[in-house]
Amino acid sequence: MVSQETPAKRSTAKIQVRGLNFYYGPRQALYDISLGIAEKKITALIGPSGCGKSTFLRTLNRMHELVRQARAEGQLLLDGEDIMSMDVTRLRRRVGMVFQKSNPFPKTIFENVAYGLRVNGYPKGRPLADLVEASLKRAALWDEVKDSLHKSAYALSGGQQQRLCIARALAVNPEVLLLDEPCSALDPIATAKIEELLFALRESCTIVIVTHNMQQAARVADYTGFFLMGRLVEFDETKVVFTRPRRRETEDYITGRFG
Amino acid sequence: MATPPLVIDQLHAAGRGGRVRAFIERLRSGDEIAHLITLVFAASIFLLTVLLVYELYVNCALPRHKFGWGFFFSRTWDPVFENFGALPFIYGTVVTSLVALLIAVPMGVGAAIFLAELAPPHLSDALTFVIELLAAVPSVIFGVLGIFVLVPILRSQVEPFLKATLGFLPFFQGPIYGIGYLAASVVLAIMIVPFVLSISREVLLAVPREEREAALALGATRWEATWKVVVPYARAGIFGSVCLALARALGETMAVTMVIGNEPKISASLFAPGYSMAAVIANEFAEATGDLHVQALIELGLVLFVLTMIINALARLLILLTTKQGTAHP
Repeated sequence: MVSQETPAKRSTAKIQVRGLNFYYGPRQALYDISLGIAEKKITALIGPSGCGKSTFLRTLNRMHELVRQARAEGQLLLDGEDIMSMDVTRLRRRVGMVFQKSNPFPKTIFENVAYGLRVNGYPKGRPLADLVEASLKRAALWDEVKDSLHKSAYALSGGQQQRLCIARALAVNPEVLLLDEPCSALDPIATAKIEELLFALRESCTIVIVTHNMQQAARVADYTGFFLMGRLVEFDETKVVFTRPRRRETEDYITGRFG
Repeated sequence: MATPPLVIDQLHAAGRGGRVRAFIERLRSGDEIAHLITLVFAASIFLLTVLLVYELYVNCALPRHKFGWGFFFSRTWDPVFENFGALPFIYGTVVTSLVALLIAVPMGVGAAIFLAELAPPHLSDALTFVIELLAAVPSVIFGVLGIFVLVPILRSQVEPFLKATLGFLPFFQGPIYGIGYLAASVVLAIMIVPFVLSISREVLLAVPREEREAALALGATRWEATWKVVVPYARAGIFGSVCLALARALGETMAVTMVIGNEPKISASLFAPGYSMAAVIANEFAEATGDLHVQALIELGLVLFVLTMIINALARLLILLTTKQGTAHP
């Protein structure tokens, strides 16, 4: 599959993956994945359940290490630096993550955003409150919560909670933001807000989003990768993948013949 | 175009007859019966509690009339001259329980964090099983171990050491007997640690994986994720385990009786012998001579009961307050 590395060549690759194989104990979950994630673009990963797209996403900031017996082999580079040998807390600070189920801490809205700053020793000279405000603004949540910063994060709606989680991830100013089906539990209006937000974030951040929703990938992504049974079947510019897919499987999936 | 009748209208039309039919339907499906049976059980437990308090209250009329509120503040306990005051026992119960908590809570919660967060699962399960066995040991065994193992160690090693290092505090002064408040507290601590540990561990394990992942994904270390996210999330549950342990410590009778010294005195020093409410009831009830003596013991029982209830209520209040201020549980 020669086509896989093309998109990255057209712009700078922020993350370069070569020959990634992934195992859960004896079971192999990913086969020989190679691709480049373009800097300051949105890359979407699509595919049916269990195809390995979330697993792939999690190796990018080594969240897979929380699973016992999970093992990744291959080369993963962040700005040319080996991800696997990097200090893991520093890596996760540079590569933030937003999860499928919104998971705010049982704290106030303010403290949720401040948490990442506190554990990372936030930049000197700027008060915490300013940084929290800036992050909430970047996540387009500030106007909705500015009067209730010290209320529980659980009082927010599902969509607001997810944007709070994005704000929390943005607070430490990551270079890459990974999103694992961030809208799967949200209604269309909340989903639209998050998509809008992703567009705005593209200016400052490299974004990788795993999604079940093909329309979402078509709407937001610059590049799209299609995973099937642990393999990266097709990876190209979004409009190419959705209009002139090279592979039969991709066409079948996006036209709804399976998945 | 004719509109079809709405479902809600049909329901109204069914009226009373419909409701009766629905009731019979539920009766047939067993819902009503299950409801009734469980209600009876719940009500009888509540009634039992009320009855208990009532019986205790009625059966201590003599000392209540003779001593009034003074019962709580008098330090004399003299069965010969029939002069009874509860203060030394209340003091002994409260002090030994609090010192026991002081020892058991850091130990139990610390161990729970290790077992739930840091230890490999098979080791955690094995260790927890052993520790939970501690909770099943009859308290008289703890008493015996207390007398033959703990008290000699306290007398020859621990208490002299405490006296030498912390002797400037009033708690660690005076003659050393071995038996006394400290011995009772340590025995109690050993007895309640399994409660704190095993409940805290369960609560920590129940913290959703997403919470942990969120913290780690922000670049928190494992310890930061545990201490700043997982433990606060489990706080109410951990606090619940502490309350349960405290209730157990307050009421513990046998082991305490065997090592506290059984002297109705109040001393600031933890080395001194003392007495507790449960211990005096157990020791004197069978040989109590006059009605007043018996009823004074019953009144002590009432005090113990009420004290336990107050502490439980305070604990609940504290949980409510701490979970309200924006740090609530879902």
